[in-house]
Amino acid sequence: MTETLLALAGLTKAYPGVIANNDVSLEIAPGEVHALLGENGAGKSTLVKAIYGLVKPDSGAMHLDGQPFAPADPKAARAAGITMVFQHFSLFDALSVAENVALGMERPPPLRDLSARIRDVSDQYGLPLDPTRIVGDLSAGERQRVEIIRCLLQDPKLLIMDEPTSVLTPQEVEILFETLRKLKAEGTAILYISHKLEEIRALCDTATILRLGEVVGDCDPREVSAREMAEMMVGGTLHVPEREAGPEGAVLLTLDHLSAPSPQEFGTPLRDISVEVRAGQVLGIGGVAGNGQDELLLALSGEMAVAPDMVRLRGQAIGHLPPNARRALGLCAAPEERLGHAAAPDMTLTENAALSGKTRKNLVRNGLVDWGGARDFATTIIDRFDVRTPGPENVARSLSGGNLQKYVIGREILQAPDVLVVNQPTWGVDASAAAAIRQAIMDLAAEGTAVVVISQDLDEVMEIADAFAALNAGRLSAPRPARGLTIEEVGLMLGGAHDMEVAHAEA
Amino acid sequence: MITLERRPQPSRAWSYLSPILAVLITMVVGGLVFAALGKPPVEAIRTIFWDPLFGDFAGYFRPQLLVKAAPLILIATGLSFGFRAGVWNIGAEGQYIMGALFGAGVALAFYPIEARWLIFPLMVVAGTLGGLLWAMIPGVLRVRFGTNEILVSLMLVYVADFLLDAMALGLLRNPEGMGFPGSRNLQQYPSAHNAELIANTGLHWGVIAAFFAVVAAYILLSRHIFGFNVRLAGQSPRAAAFAGVSANRMVLICLGLSGGLAGMAGMFEVAGPAGQVLASFNVGYGFTAIIVAFLGRLHPLGILLAGMLMALTYIGGELAQMNLQLPRSAIQLFQGMLLFFLLAVDVMTNFRIRLGRKGVA
Repeated sequence: MTETLLALAGLTKAYPGVIANNDVSLEIAPGEVHALLGENGAGKSTLVKAIYGLVKPDSGAMHLDGQPFAPADPKAARAAGITMVFQHFSLFDALSVAENVALGMERPPPLRDLSARIRDVSDQYGLPLDPTRIVGDLSAGERQRVEIIRCLLQDPKLLIMDEPTSVLTPQEVEILFETLRKLKAEGTAILYISHKLEEIRALCDTATILRLGEVVGDCDPREVSAREMAEMMVGGTLHVPEREAGPEGAVLLTLDHLSAPSPQEFGTPLRDISVEVRAGQVLGIGGVAGNGQDELLLALSGEMAVAPDMVRLRGQAIGHLPPNARRALGLCAAPEERLGHAAAPDMTLTENAALSGKTRKNLVRNGLVDWGGARDFATTIIDRFDVRTPGPENVARSLSGGNLQKYVIGREILQAPDVLVVNQPTWGVDASAAAAIRQAIMDLAAEGTAVVVISQDLDEVMEIADAFAALNAGRLSAPRPARGLTIEEVGLMLGGAHDMEVAHAEA
Repeated sequence: MITLERRPQPSRAWSYLSPILAVLITMVVGGLVFAALGKPPVEAIRTIFWDPLFGDFAGYFRPQLLVKAAPLILIATGLSFGFRAGVWNIGAEGQYIMGALFGAGVALAFYPIEARWLIFPLMVVAGTLGGLLWAMIPGVLRVRFGTNEILVSLMLVYVADFLLDAMALGLLRNPEGMGFPGSRNLQQYPSAHNAELIANTGLHWGVIAAFFAVVAAYILLSRHIFGFNVRLAGQSPRAAAFAGVSANRMVLICLGLSGGLAGMAGMFEVAGPAGQVLASFNVGYGFTAIIVAFLGRLHPLGILLAGMLMALTYIGGELAQMNLQLPRSAIQLFQGMLLFFLLAVDVMTNFRIRLGRKGVA
């Protein structure tokens, strides 16, 4: 491939205090699947936002088809044939698929014509999707298809995909890859952002690796090993968490036919979940987002009350108890959303330490808060979990995502709970921080805590869990020993065999 | 181009500075309004802010300052908890009226028995309870049926207002009042009279209650877990739920607290400075207290200062009406501007202004 579709030369973009992209150059040819690889904070997002017209680079030049290219906004980028599928979807739950697609168009055709076109495109590229369905009822994979079809209707020359597989089951990933290969065969270039190395090796022609805003190497991902790429990405050798398999103790947490409606509209109700977690055991609960993870965490943390017998701690019925009573009994939880749920954004780290630590750390006496004790607790969390912040008097909002995640996980771990429930413990956290968090979780289990890890990152779950169960449409599969489980078996557990078929099976 | 940029941390300096700046801007713009009305602006501002304190008749006005400030501070202190927690009680005026009716009702039921040790404390309790129960109506409706407490509490002000009219003309009317509307004058009933504790200071039991409310609120907010939960519920409802704060309970407690304090203020007013249940009893303290609460940064000490300042504009405003023939509405406009400019200047606490082109930053 000698011709070039898009060329970036010396792109630099600085934010106050950090250089997001420093002198980045790369070239993409038509029909090429180009991987952009790097840790969180390596500058991948800033780079594609520059291409998509969302940020203006400070210096450097872009050329599209040999012409200078400097999109003022995403509209200009789309007009030039560049489209993007974001990691977080911008869809309206209450509208149908076709209505959502129409909302993204400059001059939408009548809904009936549009529906027909959506059907055509979804057939052509093997993306099963019914244009009349309400988006709120769709799975994450199906929602992503809406976004992709939205892009394909514009006949793009370049399709940018930001971490597209993070919300998909392995089978859905296969469907997506089929689609992307078809696009490639038609000459559409794809810029594929990911940190999942095996995927990149399976799909991409070229990989550009970013670290701390700079290009640290190019490679043909089919020719180098995943480990080599990983080490280029982190710039060193990876520390893989390890654990000693502790002897499994008594049953600490029991879920007994746990069923509950979701507190939110378009949420997933929990359906008849039964499982036991023993002292020293890590139960990994995998599943695609929106299958009841949030609801399960609320039912366990106590924010959502259920029938007393549905949740038992050491045999004691606690389903009806509010969060602080459960903490007092030894059950701590760390929700997925760190800013606004696990932590109050405008409160200091000291205040946030008291937020969930007040009960077990004895920070309230006669109704008065022991702020000195809370500050000490916050300082301990900061020290033990290597949280980068000037001090406990800073507000939670001022911390980076990874640092705040270490803080909120550390806050629960340092309360030495008997049962710990975490949802997405390393979401959006860089590799070394993620390793530290996983190690801390496993150390806690080794000391005899029963741990439930809810995560969409299968690699993570398989790495730290003793037993694996899948959450699908609010139901939990029977747990199986994690060791020896193949990725195909996991995929089948996750998908529950629903909407797995490719529209045109070509086998 | 001017752009607003979010500060990484809220500015402490600006949160102290903005009330002062708002007062100054209000003086300037208020002066312009007065000038447009054909009144001498500097003299008008001096009449409002200076003369009541240091003018020729200051000896008469200074005690009035405490009398006016006490209900404002008492009500605003209660409201500040709800406002911090995101519970919007706009109906303090109605709760103030109900407190007065309950308090006066108890006193009149005992008339003419002389037993101050029993009757006066009972009036305080009844007045507080009256405001509290009135505030529970929007509270229970919100918790049970999800109604909007802003609308319900506001509408109940008008209900309370009509109830006041009805009481002044009916049930509580003075049987020896020659057919005039209005109850017996509690100032002439020693067991019920909320008299000045020290002559000519304006210091009555309501002032003391306001002072205690400020101190208690300060301790609650800075040291007590309840104050922490209030702030948490207002800033981040989901984090509050995670911390074990029940949203419904928070609504009821905040409405109860603000209603109770407003009712107490109403009771002290009707038993003291006002003296009797009359259709013209309420003069808008319940609404002005909203301005006081925000002007004082929802902070007890700030509310103390803001309450004094607002009381000053009431007294100074009356003075300006008498001396300069300023229309009454001009004074209300003046008070409204204060809140308006405060909210405008407040943007600076969380944002900074950046001059220059966007995109370079």
